[in-house]
Parts: sequence; C-alpha cells; structure tokens
Amino acid sequence: MNKKKLSVQSVVAIGIGTAILFLLKRWVSIPIGIPNTNLDTSYGFLGFIAVLFGPAVGFCVGFLGHSINDFTQFGTPWWTWVFTTGLVGMAMGFLKKYIQPDEGKISTRKLVFYNIYQVIINIIAWVLIAPTGDVLIYSEPANKVYLQGIVSAFTNSLSTGVIGTILLVIYASTKVQKGSLKKE
Amino acid sequence: MNNSIFGYDGNDTWIHKLTGTSKLIFFILVSIISMISYDVRFTLLVLVLSAFIFQQSKIKWQQIKLVVKLIVIFAILNLITVYIFSPGHGSYLYGTRHVIFNFGYLTMTQEQLFYELNLAIKYLVTVPISLVFLITTNPSEFSASLNQIGVPYRFSYAVSLALRYIPDVQQDFQSISLAQQARGYEISKKGKVMDRIKGTSQILVPLILSSLDKIQVISQAMELRRFGKNKSRTWYMHRKFSKNDYLTLLFAMLIILIGILFIKIDGSRFFNPFK
Repeated sequence: MNKKKLSVQSVVAIGIGTAILFLLKRWVSIPIGIPNTNLDTSYGFLGFIAVLFGPAVGFCVGFLGHSINDFTQFGTPWWTWVFTTGLVGMAMGFLKKYIQPDEGKISTRKLVFYNIYQVIINIIAWVLIAPTGDVLIYSEPANKVYLQGIVSAFTNSLSTGVIGTILLVIYASTKVQKGSLKKE
Repeated sequence: MNNSIFGYDGNDTWIHKLTGTSKLIFFILVSIISMISYDVRFTLLVLVLSAFIFQQSKIKWQQIKLVVKLIVIFAILNLITVYIFSPGHGSYLYGTRHVIFNFGYLTMTQEQLFYELNLAIKYLVTVPISLVFLITTNPSEFSASLNQIGVPYRFSYAVSLALRYIPDVQQDFQSISLAQQARGYEISKKGKVMDRIKGTSQILVPLILSSLDKIQVISQAMELRRFGKNKSRTWYMHRKFSKNDYLTLLFAMLIILIGILFIKIDGSRFFNPFK
C-alpha cells in the first residue's frame, strides 16, 4: 500500500465507515440506568473498524462521523470532542498490525491486550485531551467538562470493550484461519 | 434519498446560486472566528448577520423546526449544567464580583450571567448559517467544493461516499431491525438493559458484516474504473466562481478582520464590561 496516499479500499472504508458511525451515533445508543448517560455504540464500531483498516481510516471515520453528526444535530460541530474521537480512532488503528484480524481466530491474549489498550486510550482521550481542549478553546468551567470527560471515558471504554470485542471475534471467525490447510 | 438527512432543498435565491466552495469557506471562517471571540458585541453582530442570511435563503420554518428545538434544548441544558457546576466561573474570568442574589453555593453574580449570555450566543451564533449551508448546498457538490479548497480528492471522495451511503445504511439498519424484532429480540424501551444490549448487537453484527462486503464490492468497482490513478480529477458538480462568490469570500475576510479588531481593542478574547 502506498504510504502517502489512501488506497481505494481505504477511501471506501472511510465512506461506509463514516455512514455507519453516523447512524450509530444518531440513533443507536442504549441507556445504561444512570440518568442522562447513554452507551454510545458508535465507539465500539470505531474500535472495530480502526483495527480492521488501520490508523488513517480510524482517524477519518471518527472525525467525519462525529462532525457530520454534530453538524446535523447541533448546527455546529463541537470541535474539541470531534477531534478527540478522531484521535481515538487513530490510536485504535495502531493495533491493526498486532491483532491481525484477517488471519482467522484472535487469541485471548490479543483480546485482553486490545481491552487494556482501549481503556488507556479512552482515559487519555476523554479525561485529558477533550476536556482540556474545552477549557482552553471554549473556556468552559473545568469541573463540568472534566466530570463529563470521566463519564464518557467510562461509557466509551465500555462500548469499545464490549461491542468492539464481540465484533472482532465474530469477524475473525468468518475468516479462514492462517495455516489451517494441511497437505495430506 | 440522498437529501433526507441534509434536507437539501433546491430553490433559486442568490444563496442557492453561490457555489458550495464559497459557502463552505465562508462557513468555516465565520465559525472559527466566532469560536475564538468571547466579545459579546462581535458575536451579536455575527448572530444578526447570520439571521439575515437565513432570512434571505427563504427556508421555511417547517423544514428546521425539529432541529432548532433540539439545539435550543441542548443549549439550555448546557447552560444550566455550567451554572450548577461552576457558579463562580464568571467572576473567575472577569476578575470582579457583583452579586445579584445570595443563595449559598449558587449565588448568582452579574459576571456569571454575562458569561452565560456569551455562551448562549456562542452556541447559537453559527446555527442559522450552518442550516443555510445544509439546506442550500447540494450534497453532490459538497465534495467537489472540498476538493477545490485543497482537501485531497481521495478524502473528498470518501466524504461524498459517506453522504451517499448514509441513507442506504439507514435503510439496511431498519430492515435488519424489523427482521430481528420479528424473531423476538427486544430493543424497545420496555426491555431490560442487558436484553437491549443483546438485541442491539443482534442488529449490529449483520449490519456491519454486510457493510464490509459492500466495501469490497464498491472498492473493486472503483478500482476497475481506475479510481485514483491520476493526481487530480474533475467533478461533475463543479461550478465556476461568479462575482457573488468573490463577494462572499471578501465578506468573510471582512468579518474575520472585525473579529480580530475587537480582540485587539479588548486586549484578549474576552470583552470585560466590569472593569
């Protein structure tokens, strides 16, 4: 794959991925019992598609999907959070080489690593980057945005963990395992 | 179908006739400067301007009623949480404290009220122009515009694909959802949390796996048509700039200059009437 340019497959993956992320963000969120807190299923999907197609696609899908959603829902994207979603997608994309979901079964060790990694990324993104951006750019009160950040770090890592893992396992099981054919 | 989300509505006002490119640049520049500026005089000026542009575009209230309601509810909720979490933030920003009424922790000060007014205007200021942009710009023209302002065409094309496939994915989602509900999976509000998570993933798995197949098919079709072989490409919906487009760009620059002027006068992003 050419390093500088997106491959045709990446272009299409960004397009379709963005469409799905937008749909999930807009219509498919599950209340988890705490008032005003929803499980945003789109982060599970973001983790999955980023692992499948790599950091560039991860960033673009997160950034575009989130901004189209904000744009059509609130009239103007909330740039700090949109950008952070992109960063999460990019960070998850770095796992592509390690997990290699196209090679059949994903070992438990890799799944555990995926989950530890995604929790760390989500905490860095939602507890540090997004609220700090809000304070610097939008000048919002710190305690409000950091609390929002902690809550989203929790729900988003739940979503990335549960839904992302389910999707990865099911996807890998549809692929033929590498070296599964034996010469008789 | 393509227009169901973005609500594009063809009409022939002068705003509809502008190219997507000039509208996009105008929107980006104005939203950046109104994001930076905390000067109420400037943001009010932009709000009045964008309301005027909205009026000129002859958009009917019916088209935007729901969106506007949601935005207003969101803004009010956010303002209330800001007040509850940090009633002293205004005094902190402006450095003075003029109490309106005493109420322990929730004591309201003039500074807080002024700060929240600023926030409210900032939440709303770009809403009219972004609605105008959404409703008066043909989605197919949008990617051509992105390419024209310097975004690589592969990325522009990805955006265009996303806009093209949102209704399709939505349609798929609905049919899969109905099929799974017919088999008894619970996704309605009445279900328990765990049942709903389970029910939802029963929809997501087929939706996403079938979309992965779609990615394969589309990228093969595009590759067969030699997508990405050249350094640049032309766009069917591309249009040439007219006099009004240049005026729009000039106007956007003017707004930016006024914004910077206000920041210079205040000495910072904030306009402080309490000094």
